[in-house]
This record gives sequence, C-alpha cells and structure tokens, in this order.
Amino acid sequence: MESRRLVLLLALPLLAAVASGCASRRQTVAEDTSRPPVIEPDVERRDIEPPRIDSENFEVGIFAGQMSVEDFGVNTVAGARFAYHITEGLFLEVAGGRTDTEPTSFERLSGAAQLLTDEEREYSYYNLSLGYNVLPGEGFIGRRRAWNTALYLIGGVGKTKFAGDDRFTLNLGVGARLMPLDWLAVHADFRDHVFDIDLLGREKRTHNLEAHVGVTFFF
Amino acid sequence: MRSVLVAIALLAALCSTVAAGAERRHREVVIEDPFIELHTGPGRGYPVFYVAERGEQVALLKRRTDWFKVRIPRGQEGWVHRAQLATTLTPDGAPFELPGFSLDDYAERRWEAGVLYGDFGGANAISAYGAFALTPNLSFELWVEQVLGRFSDSTLANLNIVHTLYPDRRWSPYFTLGGGSIHTEPKATLVATDDRTDPLAHAGAGVRVYLTRRFVFRAEYKTYVVFTSRDDNEEIREWKAGVSFFF
Repeated sequence: MESRRLVLLLALPLLAAVASGCASRRQTVAEDTSRPPVIEPDVERRDIEPPRIDSENFEVGIFAGQMSVEDFGVNTVAGARFAYHITEGLFLEVAGGRTDTEPTSFERLSGAAQLLTDEEREYSYYNLSLGYNVLPGEGFIGRRRAWNTALYLIGGVGKTKFAGDDRFTLNLGVGARLMPLDWLAVHADFRDHVFDIDLLGREKRTHNLEAHVGVTFFF
Repeated sequence: MRSVLVAIALLAALCSTVAAGAERRHREVVIEDPFIELHTGPGRGYPVFYVAERGEQVALLKRRTDWFKVRIPRGQEGWVHRAQLATTLTPDGAPFELPGFSLDDYAERRWEAGVLYGDFGGANAISAYGAFALTPNLSFELWVEQVLGRFSDSTLANLNIVHTLYPDRRWSPYFTLGGGSIHTEPKATLVATDDRTDPLAHAGAGVRVYLTRRFVFRAEYKTYVVFTSRDDNEEIREWKAGVSFFF
C-alpha cells in the first residue's frame, strides 16, 4: 500500500512535467506559424514550352530531262517543282520548265522559210497539278537496303508559252518517287502536255511528251 | 600558320554548334493505346516493322500529313498514324493533345491562299489568291488570274471584299464584290490588233467547304463588267472551283 502511494507521488510530477512540456512545444509551434519564415521559398512556377513538332509537308526540287515538242524536235528540258502534301495520298504541285525547239522538217527542207524567230522558238511552261500516290511500298536496293517508294498519277492545268503565244495546256502523267532518306526524294516522271496550236495552217491538238528525273527535298 | 590555326578553331567551333543544334529536344509522349505500329514510311502502304507497347515513352520527331515519325527508347524510328497517338499522355500523365488544325481553327483563320480553275466567258482561267480576314465574316482578297482563250489571252488583277455568312460552319455561302483591271493580248496568229488594258468591276457568290486540316474547297460564280474604251461595256460570266489553305 505504501509503495503504491510512493509510485503515485513520483509519477504525478513526471506527468505534470510531460504535460507542461507538450504545452510549451505546442506554444512554440503556434509561435512559428505567426512569425514570418526565415527563408522565403523562391520557387516560381515555370511555363514550360514543349518542343514543337517539326512538320514536313512541303517538297521543293529541280528536274532535267528530254522533251519532245510536236513538229519541233526533242530537246533538253529543265525546271523546278514545288509541292504541298495534303494527305498521305493527295498532293498539289506547281512546276515550271523550259526547253528549246528545233526547226520543223518543212523549214529544213524548204531551206529559207522560217516559221518562228529565235525567241518564239523557246518553249516554257508552268502548271498546277493534283497528284495521287498509288502503290506505296518499299524498293530493295541490294540485299541490305530498302527505300520507300511510291508511284503517283498526276494531272492538271497550266500555260505554255511557245511560238509567240500563251496556250492553255492540260498535263497528264505518271511518276515514281524513291526516297533514300525521309527528307530526300528522287523522281522519275513522264508527262504529256496537251494544247491546241494553229501555227501550221489549221488548228490541231498536239501531244508533247516529257521525261525527266529530279531531286526534291521535304521541309 | 596562325591563320590556319584560327580557321581550324573556327571550324571546330562551328562544328560543335552544329552538333549542339542537331541534338534538339523532342516532344515525348507515353503510349496509352495497347500498342502502336511503326511503319517504315508515312503511309498505310508501308510495312509495319515494329510494335511499341502501352506505357513506353516515345519521342515525336516530325510530322508529314497525318503521320508522325517517332523514336522509341530502344532506338528504332518509324512512322505512326495520328489515330494511334490520339490517346497518348504527356510524361507527367496528362492527356496529350496532338497539334493540328480543326474546324475551330478554320473559324478563326486570318490568312488564306488558294488556287482555282474554271471558265471565264468560254476561255480557260487559272487563278490564285491571297486573303486576309478582318473579322470572321469579312475578308479582303487579292486575285491574280490568267485567262487563256482561243483568240486572246488576258491577265486579271482584282481586289475584292468577301462576306462569309457562316464562318464557323463546315459549309458556308459567301458574297463578293470588287474591282481591278484586265490586260488582253490578242493571239499572234490573228490580224494584228493592239493589246489593251481596261478597268473592271465584279460581283459574285460562292461556297466554301472545310475539308480537313488546313484544306478548304471553294467554288464560285462571278459576273464581270469590263469598262472598255469602245461604245459598249463588256459583260463576262465566270465560274471556277479549287482548293485553298488557311494559316
């Protein structure tokens, strides 16, 4: 009985001490929040600009080949093309080229007769065409290398400047695009340029065939 | 000797900046679809050569039409269709919105350009235009047009104002009013007549149809009055159709 009272007597101040300690700690915590913090946190929210995704829908390049101008011989043609890829299938192309023409057989045989001046003999064209990629796939060059390829059908309208006049011209053709790299393409193109001309007496429809190879860059 | 050293140092510096430039950051996304298919090229016809699973983080390198070139952590690079990336997440778990143009952007367009082909009083007409929108309804357009006919060729330049009735809908009619000038050159094989330049005015109506991405179909009918130096003014009817893009 005695010992239990002793324990109680000893425990009471201990309890009191613990309680007062807790109270004082609570008080200091309360004081801390009321006082301004010693170190001001300097964390500002940053606006992160995510990197842009580069889009490559435009294609630009040059070409060279041979062009046959009806009655006026076959000559070297050179030009440039610019394309915008609308979907994986469809693309819009603007192209322009120029070539020289030769005297007709009639001019050569008759000797003196000249149908055109030197300036009029120059043949230049521009056209606006819509193309569609068919047969996309891979072409294998050797055993280890595969290039993406596509065949495209293309047709459109344009203007031909030849023999002193501008002529409305339809063009129709087919081309092959080989892509050694994502941004580099090699083209082989066959195109028929159709227009009416009345230079040799009566108006007739001429088909002028062009075959060229070219290189283009996507950007 | 010193100049050679300086040149080499400069070249080295240039090379290092080029290398730093080449090491650009790319947008990273986490795959949310069960898997995505990597094609060898940007089109449905190119074979699938690899499949990346849900949870993998891929870098979006570039885009061509609706195809994205991605690089997966193991280093393979291939082309993925937009549809398979539509549900991807950003690395911190937020849904990732693929950049692109939609009908909403179409309604808020400022700049527009296009090419149209049609018939100008029986002759073939090829035209191009650029437009600037002052308000969603009202825009200014500058046209250049080449008319190639049987007896003469003409070049037109026009400035017109266009009122679009429903700029935020997929289909919308519009009305146009404007003026400009026409330069006509008779064909060289005809009996010599002089080139002439006359002012002209026009009114017209048309329809614009939003197709996809930046791509709009447009068809219109216009009536031109050419104020010739002869006794009578010339009236010409024109219709044309084509495609345009907006920025």
